[in-house]
Amino acid sequence: MADARIEILGRIRRSLVDRPAAPAVPRDYDVTRPVDDLAALFAERVADYRAKVSQVTAKKLPAAIEAALRARDAGSVVVPADLPASWCVNGFDWQIDDPPLGVEALDEVHGVLTGCAVAIAETGTIVLDAGPTQGRRALTLVPDYHLCVVRAKQIVGTVPEALAALDPVRPLTFISGPSATSDIELNRVEGVHGPRNLEVLLVT
Amino acid sequence: MAVQTTRVALFPTCLTDTFFPDTARAVVRLLERLGCTVDFPLDATCCGQMHYNTGYREHAVPLARTLASAFAGYDAVVAPSGSCVGMVRDVYPKLLDGSTSVPRMYELSELLVDVLGVTYVGAYFPHRVTYHPTCHSLRLLGVGERPMELLSNVRGLELIELDEAESCCGFGGTFAVKNADTSTAMLTDKMWNVLGTGAEFVTAGDNSCLMHIGGGLSRMRSGVRAVHLAEILASTEEEPWPVTR
Amino acid sequence: MARNPVTWLGSPTFPRAAAEALRDPQLRRNLRHATHTIRNKRANAVAELPDWERLRLAGEAIKNDVLFHLDTYLEKLEAAVTARGGVVHWARDAAEANAIVLRLTREAGAREVVKVKSMATAEIGLNEALEAAGVGVVETDLAELIVQLGHDRPSHILVPAIHRNRAEIREIFAREVPGAPPDLTDAPAALAEVAREHLRRKFLSATVAISGANFAVADTGSVVVLESEGNGRMCLTLPQTLITVMGLEKVLPTWRDLEVFLQLLPRSSTAERMNPYTSIWTGVTPGDGPQAFHLVLLDNGRTATLADPVGRAALRCIRCSACLNVCPVYERTGGAAYGSVYPGPIGAILTPLLAEAPEDKHVASLPYASSLCGACFEVCPVRIDIPSVLVHLRAEVVAAKGNRTPEAVGMAALAWIFGSSRRYEAAQKAGALARYLGHDGTISRLPWPGSKWTVSRDAPAPAKESFRAWWRRTRG
Repeated sequence: MADARIEILGRIRRSLVDRPAAPAVPRDYDVTRPVDDLAALFAERVADYRAKVSQVTAKKLPAAIEAALRARDAGSVVVPADLPASWCVNGFDWQIDDPPLGVEALDEVHGVLTGCAVAIAETGTIVLDAGPTQGRRALTLVPDYHLCVVRAKQIVGTVPEALAALDPVRPLTFISGPSATSDIELNRVEGVHGPRNLEVLLVT
Repeated sequence: MAVQTTRVALFPTCLTDTFFPDTARAVVRLLERLGCTVDFPLDATCCGQMHYNTGYREHAVPLARTLASAFAGYDAVVAPSGSCVGMVRDVYPKLLDGSTSVPRMYELSELLVDVLGVTYVGAYFPHRVTYHPTCHSLRLLGVGERPMELLSNVRGLELIELDEAESCCGFGGTFAVKNADTSTAMLTDKMWNVLGTGAEFVTAGDNSCLMHIGGGLSRMRSGVRAVHLAEILASTEEEPWPVTR
Repeated sequence: MARNPVTWLGSPTFPRAAAEALRDPQLRRNLRHATHTIRNKRANAVAELPDWERLRLAGEAIKNDVLFHLDTYLEKLEAAVTARGGVVHWARDAAEANAIVLRLTREAGAREVVKVKSMATAEIGLNEALEAAGVGVVETDLAELIVQLGHDRPSHILVPAIHRNRAEIREIFAREVPGAPPDLTDAPAALAEVAREHLRRKFLSATVAISGANFAVADTGSVVVLESEGNGRMCLTLPQTLITVMGLEKVLPTWRDLEVFLQLLPRSSTAERMNPYTSIWTGVTPGDGPQAFHLVLLDNGRTATLADPVGRAALRCIRCSACLNVCPVYERTGGAAYGSVYPGPIGAILTPLLAEAPEDKHVASLPYASSLCGACFEVCPVRIDIPSVLVHLRAEVVAAKGNRTPEAVGMAALAWIFGSSRRYEAAQKAGALARYLGHDGTISRLPWPGSKWTVSRDAPAPAKESFRAWWRRTRG
């Protein structure tokens, strides 16, 4: 197998014997764009994907979590171990992912509640990095309902700004709406394997 | 109307020279009416595009050299063909390797608008006409709105917008023959759109596409005819241009 | 050298395959509807970004930098992935890649694998190789599932079942999916539900997953997969072992470079601001996702393509399929007519370059499957000048065929005639006699090869007096 590596690298070098020159990469594309109200743009763009979005104040957040879960008649909800205690409001079966739940158990919970790492206003994207209040990736994948708390100060405008704020070697998941497919006549249709219901609580 | 004493060399293109000489005569009449002196160096026969695009590059090289020599020394050369101009502008720099300079060749609408500075040429053509932007003039040369500006200033002409105008007509040089079925399918949709405008004529800046579209319209006995842009612009009220296609 | 499985054995030449495909009215309708819909969506998505052209130029430049320093970046990638607990393998061709994947699957003790859609694995015929060795393969991408259950072939890079409409999909599911409800409708939501139920058990129990990769970042070792349905996340997160097969050219230099492609790709492919899910992982993370990660770097004709100074532009491709969606040829013939894993404009150049089979009639026909209209170049996010590469490949086909074919002889004769104005004018005079073949300057029937024109179009007869003859006569 070391032969393959040596051979391929050799082939590459021989293929480039004409020493093509790569001109410098032009970086005059927009890294940032002026936006009046990042939170409003983010809310609008997430809603475009047919995710449910509500804006709440920090004080009203626990009540909003309760209202969201009640509206869905949620029973059990899985959460990462470091979720703020105030978020785990009374009246629901909180499954704490420590020790980690088996995949069958994850399949049986009603939903998952997490925070996020960064959000992108322009594309309506939430980024999880398995960091604080987020847990491991399987948590936000298997349950059918994902309730995500996004703080306004976590929102950046553009994709370049988001990447600059993220640690590349953490396990990253970019979420732009609920799961969907464009495979049937090229129309985007919601609901295949990932959570079919995404709800965002935007804390301003 | 601006009057210019500009010397322009004409490259009629092999297709127009042999099959549609009216178009080249129309260019001459039009440019002379606008005050130009028109030269025609007879050594220039074919730009070599067909050979080059079909994969016969080595045949295109001597043709390119001959054409470049024939037009050496002219500030402006005009050709009634976006595809031939595209060949000269886009490919000749690769074929000529700096030994001969690339002719300054303009497609007709480019010459009129950019070099002579006119969009009104005194033309009269009292018919319903729709315009097909040929792929090379649209994407390679970027002639943009020039042809439409010229056409909208032709007196008596009712210009009707073509649906899906930017879709290729399906000619593509030898593609029309090597992939005749697909070419015909594309032609059908182009004809469909042309007929949908209710126009009497479809026009364009390229006789290759017009030969293809017109050939289909003629075969289908549609009663709609193809006419080159030059012939519309050459036509005046005193001397209407007879369309013989 | 073994045959590159990028093309399907026994495929007819493009003109023949296209002639048949053109006659299928359902296919024509499906394709027209789908491609016209996505074209408009893409145009809108792109129009939203004021710096789209600047992003394209950056994308082109980054990809060129990658190609011109490919060995350096691949070595960096290997080091970064290995440092984070991944294992990197190198595969010279399809057979070697398949052997590696099979060995790793067996070492993991799996009799069945789940797969995320991957063009690279389709190119090497991985499914067939695994199944021949007794390993079951479960395609989890909805369209690949449709193709698999329909005993069909993929016809589009991004949407492999684009040639199927919802009624046909309903019919396939009703027939082939055990447990599909008897009253299944063709509403896309209902069809998606069938796929979900069918695959959920597989996801939750799979131990080995196989994926491709959209990008891999050399300086950090991060691998990137963009998807819509969530099947990618399922495969990339739940099983213990993950094997990723990636074409050499997919490496990017730095983390920052991703900011360009995460904008170019979603808007060019599904015409969205962002696709639903993008997963990025680096090696192995304890307690989160697969604990064994293998990256298989695939050559399979890429280094040979890299040696071609014109053809190498095709390696910039990020598999967005925008070119397919605007192509007037693809729109009418569909993907199957190309007889390759890669159809459409990019397929017409990438297939001959990877296959390296100039004597193969089918492969040789692909560069001619185009009217050179240039719509593809206009939409390519990395600015591949596909028409120029097509013409370049046509020259290679002609060179391989030699100068004794009827076409070559005819072309040489024509070039000889054009070579002197005297010969040219003599030919024009002689040709004028052809007017007698027609009526009123129009010829409705020509002998072969002219018959290929007159089958559907009238042909003009040569003018009685050519332009230059008129010029000589009237202007001396």
